Amino acid sequence: MQSSFLLFVIFTLMILGYLAGRRRSLAVARMSRGPDRLHSLPAYYGFYAALWAGIPALFLLATGVFFQDWIITKLVVADLPETLRTLPPEQLGLVMNDIRNMATGNIVSTEITPAIQLAADHYVRLRDLYSTATWILVTCISVLGIIMVRARISPTLRARNRVERIVIVIMMVFSSIAILTTLGVIFSVLYESLQFFRKVPVTEFIFGTEWSPQIALRADQVGASGSFGSIPLFAGTLLISVIAMLVAVPIGLMSAIYLSDYASARFRALTKPLLEILAGIPTVVYGFFAALTMAPFIRNLGERLGMEVASESALAAGLVMGVMIIPFVSSLSDDVINAVPQSLRDGSNALGATRSETIKKVVFPAALPGIVGGVLLAMSRAIGETMIVVMAAGLSANLTANPLESVTTVTVQIVTLLTGDQEFDSPKTLAAFALGMALFAVTLVMNVIALRTVRKYREQYD
Amino acid sequence: MNTLSETIETGPDANLIVPQENEGAFREQQFEDTVGDVTHPNPRISCREVDVYYDHGAVHAIKNVTLDIGTGEVLAMIGPSGCGKSTILRCLNRMNDSIDGCQVSGSIRLDELDIYDKNLDVVLLRAQIGMVFQKPNPFPKSIYDNVAYGPKIHGLAKDKTDLDEIVQTSLERAALWEEVKDRLGQPGTGLSGGQQQRLCIARAIAVSPEVILMDEPCSALDPIATAKVEELIDELRQQYTIAIVTHSMQQAARVSQRTAYFHLGHLVEVNTTDKVFTNPQHHLTEAYITGRFG
Repeated sequence: MQSSFLLFVIFTLMILGYLAGRRRSLAVARMSRGPDRLHSLPAYYGFYAALWAGIPALFLLATGVFFQDWIITKLVVADLPETLRTLPPEQLGLVMNDIRNMATGNIVSTEITPAIQLAADHYVRLRDLYSTATWILVTCISVLGIIMVRARISPTLRARNRVERIVIVIMMVFSSIAILTTLGVIFSVLYESLQFFRKVPVTEFIFGTEWSPQIALRADQVGASGSFGSIPLFAGTLLISVIAMLVAVPIGLMSAIYLSDYASARFRALTKPLLEILAGIPTVVYGFFAALTMAPFIRNLGERLGMEVASESALAAGLVMGVMIIPFVSSLSDDVINAVPQSLRDGSNALGATRSETIKKVVFPAALPGIVGGVLLAMSRAIGETMIVVMAAGLSANLTANPLESVTTVTVQIVTLLTGDQEFDSPKTLAAFALGMALFAVTLVMNVIALRTVRKYREQYD
Repeated sequence: MNTLSETIETGPDANLIVPQENEGAFREQQFEDTVGDVTHPNPRISCREVDVYYDHGAVHAIKNVTLDIGTGEVLAMIGPSGCGKSTILRCLNRMNDSIDGCQVSGSIRLDELDIYDKNLDVVLLRAQIGMVFQKPNPFPKSIYDNVAYGPKIHGLAKDKTDLDEIVQTSLERAALWEEVKDRLGQPGTGLSGGQQQRLCIARAIAVSPEVILMDEPCSALDPIATAKVEELIDELRQQYTIAIVTHSMQQAARVSQRTAYFHLGHLVEVNTTDKVFTNPQHHLTEAYITGRFG
């Protein structure tokens, strides 16, 4: 029987627990002197019973499922004939795989020996026993919880306080899930990066100026010397991001200031959603636009001015990316500028400040933290953006500051490294994780610095 | 509500049919002429036949108000909520400009200057007519920068020492210098409510205005802070003309020389403060100051 069905059973028991707890509390109240004699509202007694019906049972179920495989494997191995049991761990693992496959009816890799057949039968028996035991135990615990709470319900039981405390713990657990996930991502990337650094020295990765992640399949292959200097990638990322920010920050900020302090309410109501549509366009579409419209346009323009422009240029990608992130800057900035109290504007106006003086000297400093937040968000979008760069800026890792040349970025390289047909432990594939790790470190440091700066210069109102 | 029907029977139009028992039902005739002396021998600001509309004419907030504010006097504006006293105050430095759909007609003059002249630079006008708001609204800057803000934008200080001096005199006049002189660099928002309001007054007088408008400056303050601000208003009278809107009749009696009573957008009575509070001429004024409504 499935544990998902068991989940359903637990849920039903929780509802029953709620009803039982509630009824019991009402009965208790009737036996004493009216419902006002209860410490908490009847529903809290119900919730208390439901929580006791659910939480221990769910906990037990989770533990059971988690250890199921481990426990059954141990038991099966202990029962295996001497010849199999004393095999080295790797081979024993293979044998166990066969047993498991046989038990679930999958195809088995080797021929079936009686010993393995026997073990597989044993495995099936144990599994059924385990599942039945889990069923019985979980249901018992759940019912026991209800009975226990029901017996304890009395006018002095502080059910509300207890329920609230449990709910706080539940919220705490949920909020830590996000943190744990982040940690998990970091460690998994970190682990693979360390693998990479075992094959390629850290100094080469950080200070190397050449990026060509080719690894020879055969010894006599041409052009097979891999080099993993990440500087061109970071330089490319920086170049494109800077171009994008040069587009997005002025346009975004100016439009935010116009919308919040100059435009009529009607115009604002019309324009703001339109501006936010920009954020909803898929990046692939921006990629088309950059590759098919922007890049040729820039090349033609450059040629007419007598400059040499690559058909895939950092400028094209950066400009389009800048347009893409305008709404992040403008919309967030507009919100925080609007949140600056009117009384501050009035105070400044009443002193004879012009509108622009008021904005520059009072509103802007007060809104600064939020504006920087918006810019940071836009910046991280720019750094993490892949699709536009793949389509418009190319894949060649040039180390250049010339926006008219083709460059590539960290994220684009991660994609190309992982979509190859290399084996998973080659430096080429592992380099993707190292790049990811480095990118993470860079953005983290950037965020920390920016937030610190803001904290120093912000003008906190109210 | 028998006071209302009483006042109507003794009102100027004795043939009036007794209206429903609510304040809004008073007939317009009762307000036609302001009781008392609206003029001042030495006016600084003079309003003539001012009407103010909100919502593009839908709401008639100020009805035909004529009033002088004399040089060196404190004029208190009192009246029940929604009577238009704050509206008229905000007309005097054109703070109503920022309200969408607000229209002002009639003439308001500061000395010889027409405040609603099309060619007038509002920025310069507001440098001459300062304003203090109901809720203290110091900028989220240091105490020093709060006071220096106005002089800086108007270029009143030649150099740093000049600016220091302006800041110091302004804070001294606002009776705040002793309390803050050792922490001028700290944010103005960190002061107590009463100190913040005095900081706002210092900020207003730092640009050397001729007139200071105060919109219920003490309504957010505790009694001790209120007493300090009132004391300050009395001292400021030597140099500035002050118009103050207040909900507290005691405050009006304490700080002002003349008092104007507003009712539903009409200026009902203007007289010396003594007279208004001891011998009100209009029955509405009397009803209000004796606490029968408002």
